[in-house]
This record gives sequence, C-alpha cells and structure tokens, in this order.
Amino acid sequence: MKDNLIRLENISMSYGEKQVLKSINLDVRDKEFITFLGPSGCGKTTTLRIIGGFEHQTSGNVYFDGQLINDVPPHKRQLNTVFQKYALFTHLNVYDNIAFGLRISKTPEHEIKERVQKMLSMVNLSGYEKRAVTSLSGGEQQRIAIARALVNHPRVLLLDEPLGALDLKLRKEMQTELKAIQQALGITFIFVTHDQEEALTMSDTVVVMKGGKIQQIGTPIGIYNEPVNAFVADFIGESNIIDGIMNEDYVCTFGGKTFDCTDCGFAKNEPVDVVIRPEDFRMVMPREEIICGIVENIVFKGVHYEMHVKSGEITYLVHSTIPEVVGTFVGLEVEPFDIHIMKKSQPEEN
Amino acid sequence: MKKKLSPLSIIYSCLIFVFLYAPIAVLIIYSFNASKSRGTWGGFSLKWYAELFSNSDIMSALVTTLTIAVISAAVSVVIGTAAAVGIYYSKRRTKALLTSAANIPMLNADIVTGISLLLLFTFLKIDLGYITILLAHITFNIPYVILSVMPKLRQLDKNAYEAAIDLGATPLRAFFSVIIPEISPGIVTGAILAFTMSIDDFVISFFTTGGGVSTLSIEIYTMAKRGIKPEINALSAIMFLVVMTLLIIVNVRSSNAEKKREQ
Repeated sequence: MKDNLIRLENISMSYGEKQVLKSINLDVRDKEFITFLGPSGCGKTTTLRIIGGFEHQTSGNVYFDGQLINDVPPHKRQLNTVFQKYALFTHLNVYDNIAFGLRISKTPEHEIKERVQKMLSMVNLSGYEKRAVTSLSGGEQQRIAIARALVNHPRVLLLDEPLGALDLKLRKEMQTELKAIQQALGITFIFVTHDQEEALTMSDTVVVMKGGKIQQIGTPIGIYNEPVNAFVADFIGESNIIDGIMNEDYVCTFGGKTFDCTDCGFAKNEPVDVVIRPEDFRMVMPREEIICGIVENIVFKGVHYEMHVKSGEITYLVHSTIPEVVGTFVGLEVEPFDIHIMKKSQPEEN
Repeated sequence: MKKKLSPLSIIYSCLIFVFLYAPIAVLIIYSFNASKSRGTWGGFSLKWYAELFSNSDIMSALVTTLTIAVISAAVSVVIGTAAAVGIYYSKRRTKALLTSAANIPMLNADIVTGISLLLLFTFLKIDLGYITILLAHITFNIPYVILSVMPKLRQLDKNAYEAAIDLGATPLRAFFSVIIPEISPGIVTGAILAFTMSIDDFVISFFTTGGGVSTLSIEIYTMAKRGIKPEINALSAIMFLVVMTLLIIVNVRSSNAEKKREQ
C-alpha cells in the first residue's frame, strides 16, 4: 500500500521466559491517529517502544517508509516521543528544552528561535521561554514535552499514555487539543492508552490489545458497534456478555428465550457468547417472547439511569433515560441487529 | 509547625551539645592562650598561630594534605560517578548486590582498610609515600561519591536518557549533556564529602605513608608524641573549622534540594 508509513511484521518480544508480544502484525498509515488500547500488561507500551527503537524485538521486522529499520538506533529514527512522565530536562529552562533537538541537528540559532516561538504559541505557552520546567504545572509540562518533540518536524509522534497524570477536565481539553494539533500538522500520531473513551474520542484507528496479541483493529465506530469478541466488547464500553447457543443461522437462544439475530456461520447448536450493549435494551411491558425480570437497583448517571434487571440466573445491565422503580417487573426488548454473537473466547494458552 | 519546647527539653538539649562540643571549645580557647602551660590562662595571643605558619614541617604537611584531598576528590568523583551510573542502570539483583558491595568499605574499620592497603602495596612492591596515600584516599572516597550521586539518579526521570536519544543525541552526548547536568548537585556534594573525608583521615594515611611524607594529621600525631605543644591546638582548631564548614555546606545543599523537591 502506498500510504503505509510503518509496518510491523510478526513482532514477538520476550523477557526471559515471559512472552509479552506474540506475533504482532500492523500497518500504520501516513497522517493517521492510531491508538493502542488495552489493559496494563497487554504489550501496548512495548510495541510503541519497539517502534521508537528503545527496545529490540526478539523476532520480526519493523519497516519505516518501506525501509527495514530493525538495526537503526533510536537517535537516527525519524520519529519523536512524548513520554509518560514527560521526561523534561530539569537543568534546562523551557526554551532550551524545546531547542534541545534542534541544537543537536545544528540548526542555526535564529531558525531555532523562530521554531521554538512557533511551537510555544501552538501549545498556548508563549512567554514561558525563561521559566524553569520544575515551576510548571503537570498540564504545562505536558505541552512543553509535546512542543519539544514536534519542533523537530518528526514524521511520526509516539505518545506513551501522555495524559495519564492529568486530572479529568484537563485531560479532556488536551484530548481535543492533541487531535487539533495532529490534524493541523498532518503527521502520524501513535498513541498508547488504557482509557477506552480517550481512544474512541481521538483516534482514526484503534488497535485493541490483550495478552501481547492484537484483538481487533478498526475505526472507533467499527470497534464499538462490531466488537470481534467478548473481551473487546467488554473493554470498549460496557456490555452484557451472556452464555447462549446458536440454534441455526440467524437464530439464537439465551436466557431461556429464542431470538432472531443477524449472525450466521456457526455450527448447529454451538455454544456462543451473546453480547448486548446496555443502551440497546428497551424497557417495555413484560410479555412471553422477551426477557422479563425484576429491577434490582437503579443509579443516576447524569444522562441516563443505570439499572440491573434480574431474570432467573442472569442479571442484565440496562441503560435508560426513563427511570423504573426498584422491584418492578419489566420486559427487555432488543432488536435483532443489536444482538452480537461471538465465538466463545479460547482460554489463553501460555 | 511551631511547637513550644518545655524548659526541661531545652536544658536537656543544651547539656547534650555542651557534652559534645566542650572539648573542642576548650581546644579552640587554648589555641589563643599566651601561656605555654595548659593549666593557666596567660592572656589572649595569636602567637601559636604565627609559630604554626612559620613551622616548615607543618606547612609541607599542609600542602601534602590539601593536594591529596583535591586530587583524590577529583579522581574519586570521576570513578564514583561512573560507578553510580553503571549500578543504577544495571538489573535489579545486580544493582542490590553492587550497592551493598559499594557501601561495605564505608562501614569497615579504618584500621582494617589501612592494614589491608598496606599489605596490598607491599605485595605489589609499590614504595610507600605520597602515591600510596593518594591511592588509598581515592579508594576510600569512591563509596562516598557513589552514596551522594545515587539519590540524584533515583530522582531522575527514568525516561530522561531516552528522551535525549529520542531527540537525536548519541548515547555519549545524552550522557554528558543530560545525565551529568541532571545529577550534578549530587556530584558536587560527593566531591565536597570526599575532600572532607580525605582531610579528616588519619588511620589509613598513617598505614600507607612512608619515606617521610606526612599529612597534617600524621604531623600532629608525631608532634604530640613529643608532648602537646600549644601550636597543635592552633592547628587542630583550624582543621576543625575547615571540616565543619565543609560539612555545613554539604548539609545546607541537601536540605535546600529537599525543600526544592517539596515545592
């Protein structure tokens, strides 16, 4: 593909006995915002560090712009990194921190000045040149770290959970700002996070990882609406994951009732995971063909109410904008296309 | 937080400090005593200080002491800093092992260090003298440098080195333009501490010297064998003040650094 910038080919990584990456294959397109998303220990940061050159994969190849870069040391790669704790140089002031990379590449001082000023105004910190980095707040340090990386005009910016240390409000602001910067500069961002909402908000492409393997690659909408397995469904937003059986194509059974669905290609009577988003249930009058249960509790969540509805052995999580009194007997209606059928996840081989 | 101290605790603290500092106070006062006798006060005089500075043995010992202190501090700072960085970036178990291995010589009795160095130099057939004292001082100073540099390395952002590399610096440049400046307060503290330890040392110097080379502490010891002369009081007073000043500098530096970190 022409616009492929980075390609990972069968990347595996082990620390002694422990295998942290298992045969990762991934293409990163030029100018896209791609996010590695997963719980801690899933291998997302290791993958990022292999692209940056800070770790060397046990096997597999990394290509950059068509060139094999396995043996290119990090200081010769055309990418820059924003580290988790920013890693600013405390012995230098803001200006000298941002100018660090340009001085190494022997850029003339007048050009350095111009580029540093431009970066500072981009991150809304003009006038901070002489400040000591230790006197800045977390959010300001974050912006300096971004400016220090971007001033070198990298083709790719790697970001390792850069918003993790910020409070919620600042985080939301930075999410919007980062996305705006990425679009304005038109460079590739590779972003690592364990926060699914962050991933959905900013990314063009989301790579969901677990246990050193890629679970799913797709657009935020695609991953949310069509998760490939129960793990992705549960990790991206909230989900009801119910044991069920695929009677035949387009018909499934769960919770003692039989439903039409839109999936096919399973063996007859194959046990499956049935995944239903809590907001896809509609609360209606109880009737025979649908799931009925008792409202166990209700919590106000701002936009919606979160309710647990107990039906036999199974408790369903339901989101609704209309509250229901605890103890009420209700029916739960769900459209065939909102019933997602997934193969039973294989137990992890180790 | 201000707490009012009870009179009892004030008295108690005063007693402790009197107990600790009375001998030194007496020494300093007597260094200004015009009378040669230790029992009587013959009025204030600076004559022992004058005699001290006209004594050529003492002056040459002073030069030896200062040059050894400066050179051994400089050399041990280079070796100790490199060692600390190496220890810090090694694997966890190696790190623990090397840290304790580096700490043990500080706890070792001076006399053991002195005798073992003496044996080593004799075994290697190195003539005892200025060089052997210098080597000995470098040896016992290195752990103090490591001890002062280590905390600074621990405070260092774990990605600082990688950040420099990421911005295009070669590993060597990253080390000299990021790691060294970031840990420089620890290096300076280590240098002052090493200098102080070197001036302060008697036992190890005593065992590793030869060929008539004396440091100040050895000179004082030799003079004292012939009876305590008042000029020794003067010399001891000066040494005490130098060492104390340096230690105060070290302490003020580290407490300032702590305040800065708390902000």
